[in-house]
Amino acid sequence: MPDIITMKQMYKVYPNGIVANDYVDFSVKEGEIHALVGENGAGKTTLMKILFGIEQATTGELYHNGQLVSFQNPQEAIKAGIGMVHQHFMQVGSMTVAENVVLGSEPKKYRFLLDRKKAIDDTAEIAEKYKFKIDPAMRLDECSVGTRQKIEILKALFHGAKVIILDEPTAVLTPQETEELFRELKGLKERGHTIIFISHKLNEVKEISDRVTVMRSAKQTGTYDTESISKEEISNLMVGREGLWELTKGKATPNESIITVNNLSVMDEQRRYLLDHISFSMRKGEILGVVGVEGNGQRELVDVLTGLNKASGGSIMFKGEDISKQSIHHIREMGLSHIPEDRMTMGVATEASITDNLLSIYFDKESFNNGVLLDQSSIDAWAKDRVKEYAIKTKSPNAQVRSLSGGNIQKVVVAREFSNNPDVVIADQPTRGIDVGAAQFIHNKLIELRDQGASILLVSADLSEVLDVSDSLFVMYEGKIVAYFDDVTNVSAMELGRFMLGIEAQDEEQIKRGIYA
Amino acid sequence: MLKLIKQRWLDQPLDNRFESIRFSMAIVISLIVTLVLVLLVSNEPLFALQQLFLGPLASIRKFGNVIESMIPLTFLGLSVAIMFSARQFNLGSSGALFLGGTVTAVVVLTLPLPGFVLSVVAILLGAFTGGLVTLIPAFIKLRFGASELVSSLMMNFIALNLGFFIILNYYRDPQAGSLASFEFPSSSLLVQLIPGTRIHTGLLLLFIMIVLIYLFIQKTKWGYALRMTGFNKSFATYSGISTGAVILYSQFLGGILAGMAGSVEMLGMYDRFRWQAMPTYAFDGVIVAVLAKNKPQYIPLAAFVLSYIRIGADTMSVNSDVSFQVIAIIQGLIIIMIAANAFLAKYRQRLVVQEAITND
Amino acid sequence: MINLLTPEFFFTVIRVTTPILFAAMAAIICSKSGVINIALESIMLTAALTGVLASGFSQNIFIGMVGGILGGMFIAGALAYFSLYLKADIILVGIALNLMAVGGTVFVMFVFTGDRGSTNSIRSLQFPDVNIPLLQDIPVVGTALSGHNILTYLAILSVIGVWFFLSKTTYGLRLRSVGENPDAATSVGIDVRKVKLVALLISGFLGAFGGMYMSMAYLSVFSTNMVAGRGFISLAAASMGQANPFGTLLAASFFGLMESVSYQLQAIGIPAQIVGMVPYVSVIIGLVLYAQYQQSLQKKKTLSKQLKEDPNEA
Ligand SMILES: Nc1ncnc2c1ncn2[C@@H]1O[C@H](COP(=O)(O)OP(=O)(O)O)[C@@H](O)[C@H]1O
Ligand SMILES: [Mg+2]
Repeated sequence: MPDIITMKQMYKVYPNGIVANDYVDFSVKEGEIHALVGENGAGKTTLMKILFGIEQATTGELYHNGQLVSFQNPQEAIKAGIGMVHQHFMQVGSMTVAENVVLGSEPKKYRFLLDRKKAIDDTAEIAEKYKFKIDPAMRLDECSVGTRQKIEILKALFHGAKVIILDEPTAVLTPQETEELFRELKGLKERGHTIIFISHKLNEVKEISDRVTVMRSAKQTGTYDTESISKEEISNLMVGREGLWELTKGKATPNESIITVNNLSVMDEQRRYLLDHISFSMRKGEILGVVGVEGNGQRELVDVLTGLNKASGGSIMFKGEDISKQSIHHIREMGLSHIPEDRMTMGVATEASITDNLLSIYFDKESFNNGVLLDQSSIDAWAKDRVKEYAIKTKSPNAQVRSLSGGNIQKVVVAREFSNNPDVVIADQPTRGIDVGAAQFIHNKLIELRDQGASILLVSADLSEVLDVSDSLFVMYEGKIVAYFDDVTNVSAMELGRFMLGIEAQDEEQIKRGIYA
Repeated sequence: MLKLIKQRWLDQPLDNRFESIRFSMAIVISLIVTLVLVLLVSNEPLFALQQLFLGPLASIRKFGNVIESMIPLTFLGLSVAIMFSARQFNLGSSGALFLGGTVTAVVVLTLPLPGFVLSVVAILLGAFTGGLVTLIPAFIKLRFGASELVSSLMMNFIALNLGFFIILNYYRDPQAGSLASFEFPSSSLLVQLIPGTRIHTGLLLLFIMIVLIYLFIQKTKWGYALRMTGFNKSFATYSGISTGAVILYSQFLGGILAGMAGSVEMLGMYDRFRWQAMPTYAFDGVIVAVLAKNKPQYIPLAAFVLSYIRIGADTMSVNSDVSFQVIAIIQGLIIIMIAANAFLAKYRQRLVVQEAITND
Repeated sequence: MINLLTPEFFFTVIRVTTPILFAAMAAIICSKSGVINIALESIMLTAALTGVLASGFSQNIFIGMVGGILGGMFIAGALAYFSLYLKADIILVGIALNLMAVGGTVFVMFVFTGDRGSTNSIRSLQFPDVNIPLLQDIPVVGTALSGHNILTYLAILSVIGVWFFLSKTTYGLRLRSVGENPDAATSVGIDVRKVKLVALLISGFLGAFGGMYMSMAYLSVFSTNMVAGRGFISLAAASMGQANPFGTLLAASFFGLMESVSYQLQAIGIPAQIVGMVPYVSVIIGLVLYAQYQQSLQKKKTLSKQLKEDPNEA
């Protein structure tokens, strides 16, 4: 088969100076499923955005069916038969499924008017053809995550994509939904479509792809037939060193509970429970994992625990005080730290200096001000120590946070949140999207804190992270706790998947084991 | 020597270098547009331009005018800078200035206090009134969630009408030919500082305020909370900073400064309330703050520049055939060019690529 | 005595609502495409002047109209160029344009007419009033609804036009997608910047009629700063109307009503300054009431739910 896509010596510098692609070669044969793997931040998404015309390469050549092309915008890529399913869905919540699918090449009547009926018929027809089960007339924001991903694929197909790029499609899916997706992808391949599949989960890569290209810190480190290479070899190419992600972690010795959550509820405006009467305990000296498909109440749980949102019912007893209606300031003063899910919008102020970012929960402390004026010299000395202790790579603590890489930005957050020896840490996706080195650093810090007697709640979409790092865990589904395991070494990812999907649930008694005195 | 300068220049972070270039280009382009405009409309373009650029230097009195009008501009610049620092688009400064000035006039006409005390009380009450004008939109935003942008603009019109209502109905001097209040007690007026000009002691108050505001924003814990709220409000909230309080005190302070501008202007430049319309300061604070990039230490300089070209334009319109309003076009253009982040973006991209390649 | 329930009063309400209505429709288009257009004020002011100048010099109302439209769209285009293409903060550009328009219109007026206050010295034209057959013969209703300026009827048509455009056309669909999720629009090949540019130009077009109504229908001269905050009031109307054309029509009428009431108050001897505050105060009160209504709506939902469904709360 000839190459349908060839990228030669792709070089991309972002305006902030980050080199995301460092002379990358990449080619895809017509009709294959080609996996593109690499750690977070390796530059996979950037390379695909160049292919899809969202970003322009600084230098480099792109060939489509042997022709030199350069897509200035997605419109040109779409015209050439390329479609992309993004890591974050690109959908308009207030419109119907059909409107989302046809957006961009809408069926018309009288030249200017939207033909809604034809939009629905077209969507139904294409869904039928590829055997996707969806209701075209439904409002998009009422669809489940799995469905929304199907809609993304349908969208690409509707716009005539021959080559479909899927950027980490399985990140938001349960193992069962992943299997369904793979069946659909194989179906697409049989119909002659070419698929580029981005992932960093090697099991999936082995299962689905014909060939695999590996990237490591902006460079391409090899293309292979998937048959001919083992998972270990791929993983070495991805991280460039052997014996990856071995975590040295002793057994936990949990003490009495420090937070007891009782019948906690949160509701939205449409009379729905986002958090549905849940109860559990967090114990000193233990990392408690929380898993679940995104959007099953984890965010709401974190928000009420940290004071960002107020509970609509139930209580959170922390050191003998109900904090469910307390201010963020008060909760933090009591010794709770929070690593937020989205570090860029909440965890840091990117335009402020590293020092100012480290200071945000301490500036009011007596050691840093005299009641009015900040004590800049002691602040500077303290910040310098933090930068050193947490190995934050920067020229100076006065540099703006936005000049740092993702891993180092997260280290700023962690340095701030851990520097007051917290009694409780709520860690929400603490290593999402950062390099292995920084992730390992953060995992080790979490374990260190645990061993000093802190209680940690680890919320993560990455099952392997939770299985590796936490001591016990519970599974959330539709705002409820559906399973509790007091020892993670006894559970498998597949088993968790069944709970995450709601196929199975433990009985009340088993779940109640998560409540300690 | 040249080499040394070049090295110093290259040692600056890329963003700083680029910003300086962009800033200079913005000014240069605005000047070019001025040239073109004057050439287009004037029969004596060279004379007009000379008046525009050199007019303020023609006499002590003229240069005094520059400093005089720089005083309220600096106050207003500080006012807007402090509100923008918290990233609040409260545009009520001009209303605060107007009502602040009005209240000061009322106070000196009403309270039987000895001279110096009277001016101090009048300025303080005027400043406080200004604070209330900008506080209302901030409060409405926090309490009800309505955008401060529209409500603060409405406040300007309300303040204007209210001020005239008070003066016309209770303090108007029927003897004075035009619309004016009774005469202020002369002991309450601000003392002239430099003979031959109308530069007054308000200038001293201004310097004190610049230092105080600089210290407040950069060195105090409240200033820190304010800056973090401005950089990223969710970050501040998440850190436990009470952003509601920050918004309230930043807006209140902003209004106080604008109110003070009005009070000082009233007692420093007039002997009666003589404003006939909203003084031309409407959005001047915004221009000054944008020119100074919201940094208190640069605000006097920005205010000086603005004041200089205004007096220049004034001289030009009196002496030549080009009207004063040409200045409105130049000012607007400067703001837009400075705000235009992608202006020269291609050039910046080249610098970035160069730096990335040389760093490899 | 003030007479609020006379047909003449309603006639006035409709008259003063017209410019706000045009500009509020312009604000809706912008808001739906995800841009804040605070330059509506300068769009109206500029169009008010260019319309007068074009009609005065050509003595042709049609050329005058084209002149006004071009003036409004020029400002909107400048706003679009600097904010969309040169990435300047759209609020700052809006402020700058408003500043430039206040002084710039005087500058241009002086260049063309030698006056700095108003364009009295040139004889400009006005849009005609129209009597609607049949309607004008109905006693009370006819007095209130017939005999308005042709632009008033156009304003009412524009409400329907904007509604139709946004909800029925493919371009309206695209425009709404751009406002709600620009990344989604980009991913299906919609040029977000271009759509926003078009939205701004449409707002320049509609806003221009609002401005021309001021100087070529309501009055027959341009005078300095004659728009007096109506652009801002329109923004408030659009936000209270939740960017829905019919809701916005109601909000705009409310502000028109308050302005008309203020004229009545003036007629019975209430000081002009107090009266002058009424429209602006009513905008603030309107914004507060509306925002509070929104909040209470949410609270009620959550509260009733707690009471009904949460047995643990008892
Ligand atoms: N729009 C952007 N601007 C600046 N830097 C970016 C941008 N997008 C990605 N990056 C940076 O480029 C690098 C590669 O990112 P990405 O292509 O998303 O990697 P991957 O998809 O492999 O995780 C990262 O360091 C990331 O922080
Ligand atoms: Mg990616």
